[in-house]
Parts: sequence; structure tokens; C-alpha cells
Amino acid sequence: MSAALIVVALLLVAAAGTAVVATGDPARQAITLSAYGIVLSLLFLVLQAPDVALSQIAVGTALVPLMVMLTVRKTKK
Amino acid sequence: MSRRSRTVVFAAGAAVLAAFFALAVAGLPPFGNTDHPYRDLAVAASLRQSTANVVSSLTFDLRGFDTLGEEMILLGSVVGAVALLRPRPDEKEQNRSRTETNQSVALIAYVFLPLTLLLGFDLLVHGHLTPGGGFQGGVVLATGLHLLYLSGGYDALRRLRPLAWYEWVEGFTTAAFAAAGLIGVRNFLPRGVVQQLFSAGTVPILNILVGFAVGAGAVVLLAQFLTQAIALEDKDD
Repeated sequence: MSAALIVVALLLVAAAGTAVVATGDPARQAITLSAYGIVLSLLFLVLQAPDVALSQIAVGTALVPLMVMLTVRKTKK
Repeated sequence: MSRRSRTVVFAAGAAVLAAFFALAVAGLPPFGNTDHPYRDLAVAASLRQSTANVVSSLTFDLRGFDTLGEEMILLGSVVGAVALLRPRPDEKEQNRSRTETNQSVALIAYVFLPLTLLLGFDLLVHGHLTPGGGFQGGVVLATGLHLLYLSGGYDALRRLRPLAWYEWVEGFTTAAFAAAGLIGVRNFLPRGVVQQLFSAGTVPILNILVGFAVGAGAVVLLAQFLTQAIALEDKDD
């Protein structure tokens, strides 16, 4: 059961990571990066690392995409 | 260097890396086995210290000195961002006229602002008991505070977020943590009963200290990006 969950989570991470790389526009990439962060935190949760999962959600899903979007907004003008 | 020679150098480096990586992976213990010498030592040690969350015991007690190093990395990146993103002498912050915020977005932000701040404090205060702790709680508090921007716009955020306070909090808490590390504070407080709110000795105190350092640091960091992206933008328009 848990081995199957780990495989599913790993496949999701691979798919989401590919989506981030395949996204060309940096503003859209911030969104796929955010989704990738959620999927990665699911993997950490399945691997029984809830502390790391929380860090991943806070930093990878909220903080970093926000900084990317603000930078894109500044540099696109 | 021509494209061809660059490719050759890359291929040689990649081949060596692949070989050593394969060797290292082959030498790893099998995935998910029960033999974890470090886990056995760490769990026993954190139970001796009455710390229910073993991860917090590691970061703030058994390996607290490593956390001091991470604090310094955070301080360094915040100071670096402040230095790099400071406005040029000819740039001036402008008072923006009220911007229209999408009402449904504002409503969601109003609802989630107190919930997120509550969650952040919860992670902070119970870091020695349940998953979470100073780092996670601090980042949740800092990002939650920025829901103010979504609900009330940049002016509301700037009025309710006196940046100088956050700069002082970041400096003082980091200095306090560094002082604790330099004088070699050990877990000297009574450890209490495991799983009680007041247990684990100095772990919850260091947890909250780091939480304020991380939260204030993230606010100062984001403020530089916000100033650059929003406040200085109008000038060239």
C-alpha cells in the first residue's frame, strides 16, 4: 500500500517537474513551480517527513513563486 | 572554447559523474529497511530530553549549532537582497492612488488572513510537540501577512507592516541566537514531561526565537521585492 503511494507520489513529482521545465514564460512558470511544490510536499508526507513537507509548502509553494512573480513584474516593463 | 570542445568536456565530466553516482547509489542501504543507527540514537536522545518532535530536538538541541549556521545563511541572504534591491538615488517611492482589488480575491484573503496567522503561531508554539517549528511557522506568518496585500492593496500592507520593526526583530532575534551559540548554551532548563506544552527545556524558546527571526527576515526580504515591483514602478509610466 505505502509502496504504491510512494510510486504514485514519485510519478507526480516527475510529471510536475517536467511541466515546470516545459513552461516557457517565467510568469506562468511561477504557477507550475507552485504546483510542483505542492506535489513535492505530498511526496515528503508519504515518506513520513511532515516537517519537511511543511517547509516545502511554505517556501516552495508560496514564498518563491511570489518572489518570481514580483521579479517578472519588475523586469517585464 | 568552441562548441565541439565544450561538448567533449561536458561529456567527459558527465560520464565521470554518472559512474561515481552509480557506484554511490549501489552502495546505499536498501530503500525502506529497518536498520537506521542514526535514528535509534536520535530518537533515544530526544526522548531523554523530553522532546516529542524528534526533528525539533535535532535542530534546536542535539544539532543546535548547525541551526545557528542556517540562521546566518538567512541573515546573509536578507542583507544581500536589501543591499542589491535598494532604490537608486534618483528613484523615489510614490504614493500610489488606490488600486482596484478584485472583490472575491479580497474576500478570500480577508477570511484566510487570520486563519493563516493562527496556523503560523500554532506551528511556532507547538514546534517541540508536533511537526512544524520556528522555520515553518515563521515563513507561514510572513507569507500570511502578505494576504493583506491581496485584500487591502499595497497601501494597506505598507500601513499595517512597519518595516523598521521587522528589521529590528530580525536583527535582535538573530543576535540572541548567535549569542546563545557563542556562549555555548546547552539545554539547561527543566525538560518537564514529554508531550506537555511546557517541556523540552530550551527547545520551544529557541523555536520561537528562530520563528521570529525567519518571519521578520522573510517580511524584510519580500518588502524589497514589493518596493521594486510596485512602489517604484509608477515613475517610468
